[in-house]
Amino acid sequence: MNVTLKVWRQKDSVSKGNFETYQLADLNPEMSFLEMLDVLNEKLILENKIPVEFDSDCREGICGQCGMTINGRPNGHHHHTTTCQMHMRHFKDGDTIVVEPFRAQAFKVLKDLKVDRSGLDKIVQAGGFISTHTGSAPDANSLPIGKIDAEEAFNSAACIGCGTCIATCKNSSAALFTSAKISHLLTLPQGKPERTERVLNMVNAMDLEGFGSCTNTEACEMECPQEISVVNIAKMNFEYNRALLLKGL
Amino acid sequence: MKVSGGINELNSELEKAGRIADFMELAELMAYDANDRDESCGAHFREEYQTDEGEAMRNDEKYMYVGAWEFKGLDDKPDLHKEELIFDTVKPSVRSYK
Repeated sequence: MNVTLKVWRQKDSVSKGNFETYQLADLNPEMSFLEMLDVLNEKLILENKIPVEFDSDCREGICGQCGMTINGRPNGHHHHTTTCQMHMRHFKDGDTIVVEPFRAQAFKVLKDLKVDRSGLDKIVQAGGFISTHTGSAPDANSLPIGKIDAEEAFNSAACIGCGTCIATCKNSSAALFTSAKISHLLTLPQGKPERTERVLNMVNAMDLEGFGSCTNTEACEMECPQEISVVNIAKMNFEYNRALLLKGL
Repeated sequence: MKVSGGINELNSELEKAGRIADFMELAELMAYDANDRDESCGAHFREEYQTDEGEAMRNDEKYMYVGAWEFKGLDDKPDLHKEELIFDTVKPSVRSYK
């Protein structure tokens, strides 16, 4: 299949970017979107041009490293997918595809399609952990956790931290990401002792890193590759208000 | 080798180029060790050490150890350091799916 690509090219975070148009012919429809970009880059290298920078790692939808805006939507027109799991068969022969980096004020463009998502790390550093003596792994059933709690915690912990929720949100809010981390730890006994400090610190970090506020449009859940539920956000808001009350703030 | 882009900028092609020497050295090390190990065992399969049915033929007497090669300089042979493997309860046997 043949496609026309309009790819965002930006030298670095301070330079002005622009769209460049590329034609690709004879693509295999079974290629992933990233493999298609590999083909583009091989072509550019042979033409002595600079290849397109983009992030990728596992390429099987579990690491959260890849991510770009495809035709105006993070990871393309499929719900609940990462960019690497978009395949060329999801496009039509002759399509023009517009490729941009994730668009969010808190995600500075580093080069081309690569953005700086370290803000997410800062949020986790602010409280996405438990403080305990670590040693060898405890026995599996030394701390009984009910099935419902275990599943709920796992569903929240499934967040791969890709940033799709932020790129989708009109406010560039990191509420889904942050709340997934908070409810994951809140649901488990190990996370309970620090729940009050955690929610205050993480929500604060979210604001400091320049992410916007949540206005409950729920677009994040729609695009989230891991289908993280917005119920996490409601839990986070409850936890936040609880913490304010307890602290007398 | 062709590396596109510049030095003083984000350049993942340059990052990849910087790793080539590591890949070559690791490949050389693996080949050296494989050549030293006159047996077949697991993922290490040498055609000259196989049973009539094409299964791996081990030589536990000689090669049941964990090894590390010490670099002795570009023109010198590396030194082999061995840590013997001792099995107390479950003894290694020949794998058979029959």
